[in-house]
Amino acid sequence: MSSVAVIDYGMGNLHSIAKALQHAAPEVDVQIVADPDVILQADRVVFPGVGAIRDCMQALNQSGLSAVIRKVAKTKPLLGICLGMQALLTDSEENGSTQGLGIISGHVVHFSEPLTDHHGNHLKVPHMGWNQVRQMPHPLWRNIPQDSRFYFVHSYYAIPDDRSVVAATTEYPEAFSCALAQDNIFAVQFHPEKSQAVGLQLLNNFLHWDGQV
Amino acid sequence: MSLAKRIIPCLDVDNGRVVKGVKFVDIRDAGDPVEIARRYDREGADEITFLDITATHDNRDTIVHVVEQVASEVFIPLTVGGGIRTLDDIRRMLNAGADKVGINSAAVSNPEFVREAAQRFGSQCIVVAMDAKKVSQPNEADRWEIFTHGGRKATGIEAIGWAKKMVDYGAGEILLTSMDRDGTREGFDLPLTRAISEAVTVPVIASGGVGGLDHLADGVIEGKADAVLAASIFHFAEYTIQQAKEHMASRGIEMRL
Repeated sequence: MSSVAVIDYGMGNLHSIAKALQHAAPEVDVQIVADPDVILQADRVVFPGVGAIRDCMQALNQSGLSAVIRKVAKTKPLLGICLGMQALLTDSEENGSTQGLGIISGHVVHFSEPLTDHHGNHLKVPHMGWNQVRQMPHPLWRNIPQDSRFYFVHSYYAIPDDRSVVAATTEYPEAFSCALAQDNIFAVQFHPEKSQAVGLQLLNNFLHWDGQV
Repeated sequence: MSLAKRIIPCLDVDNGRVVKGVKFVDIRDAGDPVEIARRYDREGADEITFLDITATHDNRDTIVHVVEQVASEVFIPLTVGGGIRTLDDIRRMLNAGADKVGINSAAVSNPEFVREAAQRFGSQCIVVAMDAKKVSQPNEADRWEIFTHGGRKATGIEAIGWAKKMVDYGAGEILLTSMDRDGTREGFDLPLTRAISEAVTVPVIASGGVGGLDHLADGVIEGKADAVLAASIFHFAEYTIQQAKEHMASRGIEMRL
């Protein structure tokens, strides 16, 4: 039986992610864990997160889990979700300026306000709800129709330095990177655990992914 | 390619049972919130909201069990409102599998609670629910105020200023209910919805008064709402959520179909 560890660093709604992973692949052993040894032994690792990035980085640094995530990022399939994606980058302009893990080179920025669409309509921040995702070829999109809608809720987004790591984009109103892929790492801004059938398919794809592109 | 407007069915739950006269034909237990949530999910609901109207504190655990059950098989955002008064109430709901909580009268009696909740759990899970009623006379400029206790108790708080204040305090979303329209089936209070939606930066969910599919579309087109919430038109199986979405799309609204 393969195993997946959902990293517990005291932030985020780990239960809904664990429930969705279990539903997506009932045969997989899903664990919510803070113990570095257990995380390093798991076959795959999910790095979730909601809330403010400064609190997130503080919790990771204090618990020593940042070193664990850096190690995982070099060795096995890693899925970053929402703040767990943003924290992989070099830095974020949230909370003044916050250093990230620096595993993917790039920056996290706020949607410029006031934000308007191409017809002059006012757009709300946070970007909240179901938006279309334009995929680039990657095994984690298997059996997910192009331009499927996923559930988003965020006010910041990632700009990677190397455009070749962009695995998908979404428009709000300009295109931004909503998924990044770098070697055995896949990271998404949206919430697959809250994106109904397509979200479960993506989780299922991750739980069967060998980390190769 | 753009963000879809959302349809959110709302279930009023009393002691673990859905009330407001649910009449589904092919559901074994018509009042079972888990079965109804399952059905709404199948029909394409974009989110589901549970409003706990259980009067006694002792029976509050029932809604936690409902959320736990729904969250283990329905994978769309879930919001729980009703009786959320402490950080511990929020934690219990989030641990049960809710994604957001609705704070209503506790925000009125202690606005700082909204700030503390947003700091602790993040704005993305804090929905401030506000019940507004028109207080201006027909020959005056529109003015709405916040009411509590199901519209019975006036607070004297002006609604637009209140919405802005709640966003400043960390609300990630506003659930706006017109107490003049709630239960009337005459449609949303569109001037109110538009005034609030244009005044705040965060998404606004329109609620109160839906009696037909055009009301849902009007809420988005004229009321500028980001999402529409309705209970009875779906409970009575007058319309499925799929029908509602198709109708809204036919009026040019971006929907997740």
